[in-house]
Amino acid sequence: MSLLSNTAILLGKELRTEFRSRELLTTTGVFILIVLVLFSFAINPGTEEARQFAPGLLWLAILFASSLMFQSCFLREQQNDTLSSLRLAVSDPFAIFLAKLIANTLFLLLTELLMLPFFAIFYNIPLWPKLPVLLLVLFVGSLGISIAGTAMSAISAQARMRELLLPLLLLPLLTPVLVVSSLVTASLLDREPVVQWKGIGFVAVFDLIFLTALWLFGEYLLEE
Amino acid sequence: MGKRIVLGAVAVLFVIAAAYASFYVAPEERTMGLVQRIFYFHVGSAWAGLLAFLVCFIGNLMYVWKREAKYDWLGVAGAEVGLVFTTVVLITGPIWAHPVWGIWWTWDARLTSTFVLWLLYVSYLLLRTLVEEPDRRALLSALFGIFAFIDVPLVFGAIRWWRTQHPSPVIMGGPGSGLDPTMRKVLYFSGLAMCVLMAFLIVERYVLEKMRSEVDILRREVEAQ
Repeated sequence: MSLLSNTAILLGKELRTEFRSRELLTTTGVFILIVLVLFSFAINPGTEEARQFAPGLLWLAILFASSLMFQSCFLREQQNDTLSSLRLAVSDPFAIFLAKLIANTLFLLLTELLMLPFFAIFYNIPLWPKLPVLLLVLFVGSLGISIAGTAMSAISAQARMRELLLPLLLLPLLTPVLVVSSLVTASLLDREPVVQWKGIGFVAVFDLIFLTALWLFGEYLLEE
Repeated sequence: MGKRIVLGAVAVLFVIAAAYASFYVAPEERTMGLVQRIFYFHVGSAWAGLLAFLVCFIGNLMYVWKREAKYDWLGVAGAEVGLVFTTVVLITGPIWAHPVWGIWWTWDARLTSTFVLWLLYVSYLLLRTLVEEPDRRALLSALFGIFAFIDVPLVFGAIRWWRTQHPSPVIMGGPGSGLDPTMRKVLYFSGLAMCVLMAFLIVERYVLEKMRSEVDILRREVEAQ
């Protein structure tokens, strides 16, 4: 299985690069925190309203943060001129995408985990009762964001004004994830929590469809 | 050249006939009155727009597969013309909705997904302006177009099943929801007229893009000398 072993090696490289500086994790974490605080200033929610709006705000913050976080994903390779050597070294270019999207999912999940306590305190929402399912929702949603985000950052890295372009390409594409994940999260954090398995399944289907598209068309994204 | 003029003339005749039919042939709707007649253009444009995006998607797929510039021209023609028709849908919708529902906009499934569709193809055209090199621009925008088109059913499903709690509002659910037979005939006819117009515009836009790329090649040759 050269695809899996290649992916594992590349994933190790992604993680090493990031954990040497921890630039992405700290900046994105602080960004989510700022957005959550600013939202509460802008809306000034009471307890009941917070329960209603907060899940949507959380997902919006994650979406914005991801469009910042994924900027550097292919840009790092371009600036250091390492992309062509990567492509030569790997037999299946899908391994590059797989490694990057797994790394992106991990980074995104890590910042979300760090931010969840703040979210619970600021918006006065107890997370304990349904924490395992909440983590599952966060995982499925973040995976979808990372798959589409990795693909789009490969596109935007090759264009002008890439910093502005990535959110423009990515955010409309992620509407389904935002809609369904916020609703599933909202009903999970309700006074009488309900687990909407159909919603989680829908986001999983989104992940699967975009992963397949990336598998089919990914190699063309890296052409030079 | 001759064929394009004929197609243009047919498109104009069809649109005029559709306008006549929707004002004078179709019976007046009992509760909504005159304003309901915008329905024939609204729905017809929606069909034509979706079809144009399908043309764009086919162009994108063919470009990735064959790498011939003509498929890139087809892609950009489909996207632009589709965007025009979707804009018509988004403008005629509120004009119709305001007197009938009392509001300009509601976050209903069909409206919202049309709007997201519109945004996706605006991004597609924006991306094209930000990549200089023609081959790269063609490839990148084709790939984004493929991702965008795959996204459309997901957007529609997500909003349909999770955002609209109540069944869709007064919108006539297209044909089949108790539409008067004459109204249905007029609707189909104006849909056809819009599609002929769409085909004409795509052909024209395609030819324009072809000329642009020829001019571009010539300019490069001159500059290289």
